[in-house]
Amino acid sequence: MALFRQVKSKKIPNENIIVLENVCKAYATGAPALSGVNLTIKQGEFVFIVGDSGSGKSTLIKLLLRELLPTSGEIYVNGQNLQHIKRRNVPKYRRNLGVVFQDFRLLKDRNVFDNVAFAQRIIQVPGREIRKNVPTILSVVGLAGKYKAKPRQLSGGEQQRVAMARALINRPPILLCDEPTGNLDPKNSWEIMKLLEQINQKGTTIIVVTHNREIVNEMQKRVVTMKKGIIVSDEEKGGYIDED
Amino acid sequence: MRISTLFYIMKQGIANIFRNKWFSLASVATISACLLLFGIFVAVIMNFNNIVRTAEQGVSVTVFFADNISEARILEIGEDIEKRVEVAKIEYISAEQAWEDFRMEYFGEEYSDGFTENPLENSSNYEIYLSDVSLQGSLVSYLESIPEVRQVNRSEITASTLSGMNALIVYVSIGIIAILFAVSVFLISNTVMIGIQVRKEEINIMKYIGATDFFVRSPFVIEGIIIGGVGSVLPLGLLYLMYNIVVEFIAQKFTVISSFLSFLPVTEIFQLLLPLCLAMGIGIGFLGSMITVRKHLRV
Repeated sequence: MALFRQVKSKKIPNENIIVLENVCKAYATGAPALSGVNLTIKQGEFVFIVGDSGSGKSTLIKLLLRELLPTSGEIYVNGQNLQHIKRRNVPKYRRNLGVVFQDFRLLKDRNVFDNVAFAQRIIQVPGREIRKNVPTILSVVGLAGKYKAKPRQLSGGEQQRVAMARALINRPPILLCDEPTGNLDPKNSWEIMKLLEQINQKGTTIIVVTHNREIVNEMQKRVVTMKKGIIVSDEEKGGYIDED
Repeated sequence: MRISTLFYIMKQGIANIFRNKWFSLASVATISACLLLFGIFVAVIMNFNNIVRTAEQGVSVTVFFADNISEARILEIGEDIEKRVEVAKIEYISAEQAWEDFRMEYFGEEYSDGFTENPLENSSNYEIYLSDVSLQGSLVSYLESIPEVRQVNRSEITASTLSGMNALIVYVSIGIIAILFAVSVFLISNTVMIGIQVRKEEINIMKYIGATDFFVRSPFVIEGIIIGGVGSVLPLGLLYLMYNIVVEFIAQKFTVISSFLSFLPVTEIFQLLLPLCLAMGIGIGFLGSMITVRKHLRV
C-alpha cells in the first residue's frame, strides 16, 4: 500500500481535479454526443457515471483521455486545459490517468509482470525499481502469485485486476474505469469494486462508468446520470435512475 | 534516453518477431521473393550488358588513304582522328605490316617468297575503335570528309544491332524494374495491412497508457529493419550459391552460346547487388513498419 501514500500526501481538500464547462461534442453525423455538459469532480471523490447506450458516457471518457477534443466548451484536468495540450504532450498527460476498460486490454502475448511493468517502462523507471514495484502492486490487487501467467490463463476478474495494477502502478491521481465489471460475474464485480473503494480511500479520484445497477445502488457514492448527451441528475450518495 | 530503455526497445523489437512468427515469416518471404526476382534480373542485365560491351569493343572502322600520300601526312591525320570523342583507340597499320599480316595468314612463309614487291602498297590504314557504337555514323562522315581518305570500311549492321541492343537493355530494364516495383509494393502493402490488424489493439493499449510515439514505434521499426535485413540476406545467399551453378550449367549445356558469351564473376555482380539488395530490404522493412504504426498512433 506504500504506493498510494504519496497520492494521499498530495491531496488538497476540495480541489477540483476535473472540471467540464459547457462541453459539447458533435460528430460528423447524428445527434450531438454531449450538449452543454457541466461537471466538477473534486480530488479524492468516487463518482459513478451512469446512463443508457448513446447517453454520452463513452464520449466523456474519450474526452477525458484526450482522445477527442470537444466541439465547444472547456475541460480542465489537474488544472490543465485539455485543448491546450499539444499532440506530442498527450502521452505525458495520460500518465496522470489510470485507465481500466471493460475488455481489460492487456497485451496478450506478455505475462502479468510484463503487462504491469509496461506502464513503468514507458516512463523510463529503472529496471531495479520496476522489479520492486510490480510485485508490490500485484500483491495490492491480490495477484502476487500469478506474475508469470499469460492473460489467457487468468479468469476475467483476475485479468481486470492486472489491468488495475497496470493503471495504478504509476500512482495516477485519477483512475478512469470504463465498465470495469461489464465482463465479470457478480462475485468478481464486487471484488473489483471493493478494490476500487480501497484505492479511493488512499486518495485516488475514481470515476466509474457503469451499467451495473446493483453496485451503484449498494455503494452509495456520487452518481452522475446522463441521457442523450446531457447530465440529467447528479446526486451525492445517489442511486441508479431507471429509464422512463 | 536511458540505456536500459534502449535495451528494452531493442529486446521488444526482437521479441515481436517471435511473438508474431507467422507474420514475420510472411514478411520475410515477401521481401525475399521480391528481392530474389530483382537480384536475378540485375545479374542477367549485368551479364547482358557485359556481353554487348565486349562486342562493342571489337567494332572498328578502317580508313585507307589515297595513293602517294606521305607517311607524315598520314600520321598528322591520325592525330586529328585520335582527338575525336567517338574514338576509344586507334591503331596504325603500315602497308608493310598489312602485307606481312596477310602473307602470314593466307600463304605462310614458303609460298609468299615469290612476291618481290608489296602487293598491298596502298593499304596503309588506321583501325579505329569506337567509344560508343552509336557514334559510328558521325565518325564515318568526318573521315569521309578528309580529302586524302580513299576508303572507309565499316560495319553498319553490327553497329546498329549493338546500338539497338543497348537501347533494348535500357527499355527492358525500366520495364522490368517498374513491374517488379509494382509487384513488390502490392505484396508488401498486403503484408503491412495484415500487420496493421495484428498490431492495432497493441498500439492502442500502449497509447492509452501514455507511451510516446517514439516508444510505441521503435520496437516495430527495429522489427521491420531485422525482417528487411533477413529478407534481403536470404535471396543474396541463394543467388550467390546459384549463380556459379547456373553459369557452369550454361557453359556445359550450351557450348555454342558459351563460346562467345563471357559471364561476369559472381564477385563483380555482388559489388552492386549486395549493397543494393541490403538497402532495399532494410529500406522496405523500415518504411513498412513506420507506415504501419504511424496510421495508428493518432489515438
